[in-house]
Amino acid sequence: MAYSDKVLDHYENPRNVGTLDKNDPNVGTGMVGAPACGDVMKLMIKVNDAGIIEDAKFKTYGCGSAIASSSLVTEWLKGKTIDEAYAIKNSAIAEELALPPVKIHCSVLAEDAIKAAVADIKAKQLAKEAA
Amino acid sequence: MSLSHFELFGLSPKFNIELATLESNYRKIQSESHPDRFVTAAPVEKLQSMQLATLANEAYQILKNPANRAKYLLELQGIDAIAETNTAMPLDFLMQQMDWRESLEDAKSAKDINGLENLLHEMQQEAKLLQNELGLLIDDKQDYVSATDATRKLIFIDKVYADINKAIEQLEATL
Repeated sequence: MAYSDKVLDHYENPRNVGTLDKNDPNVGTGMVGAPACGDVMKLMIKVNDAGIIEDAKFKTYGCGSAIASSSLVTEWLKGKTIDEAYAIKNSAIAEELALPPVKIHCSVLAEDAIKAAVADIKAKQLAKEAA
Repeated sequence: MSLSHFELFGLSPKFNIELATLESNYRKIQSESHPDRFVTAAPVEKLQSMQLATLANEAYQILKNPANRAKYLLELQGIDAIAETNTAMPLDFLMQQMDWRESLEDAKSAKDINGLENLLHEMQQEAKLLQNELGLLIDDKQDYVSATDATRKLIFIDKVYADINKAIEQLEATL
């Protein structure tokens, strides 16, 4: 299958690969998986007190499109508020990377990873306020 | 012509099937629909025999593989086990997936064939556990919700298994 140049670029030079300290109260983790390709994606975001995402890291095992989708969103996430992050749609990811229809689910995976990471950080913030 | 894959081979729609029956009935259909038998047949008969051979081949590939069989049984219940919109998996399972994937990468770069074979063995054990679970969930309990989760896990395990095998083959080819 032919990958677009943007997918290849992210696949060959993935941005922000790695992990953040999952025990840090300012770090949210999102983990999702898609059996169709056997993809597993872990996305971690570090949010400052103003609610801005300062850092984002990912680790994805899967096809080129899944890796590119997660690499791309880590770039997009930095500097965004968590609400802006939550609003990112898979269609925007798919469009930016010119994903073919059979690979749209990779962008769904990335969107869901963001949502899961945001949900995690919100849960941590609530726990902190309650404490 | 709307026989289920199971009916085609005279099997009841269950997860635990007689593989020997599947095998022998598949061979029977393949030989009965073999093109050599239809050399002088009418075009419509030729076409029908060819369609039957193709259908039997597809059905056989699905039924003989446990993950595909479970997925197909769920489809018969109107469930798409690998729906693209469903990306939520139990967290501990995803963590485990990450660990296995990391072990695979590590063993691959260390050219550690023993490590890869241990990992392969672990996948076989995991797959076996899930297959036992699927037999119970589908055949005995008709618990299709839990069966969907188990099927999704089995598909993941099969993928890791295939990737480990590929890594072993690549390493062995360079030795």
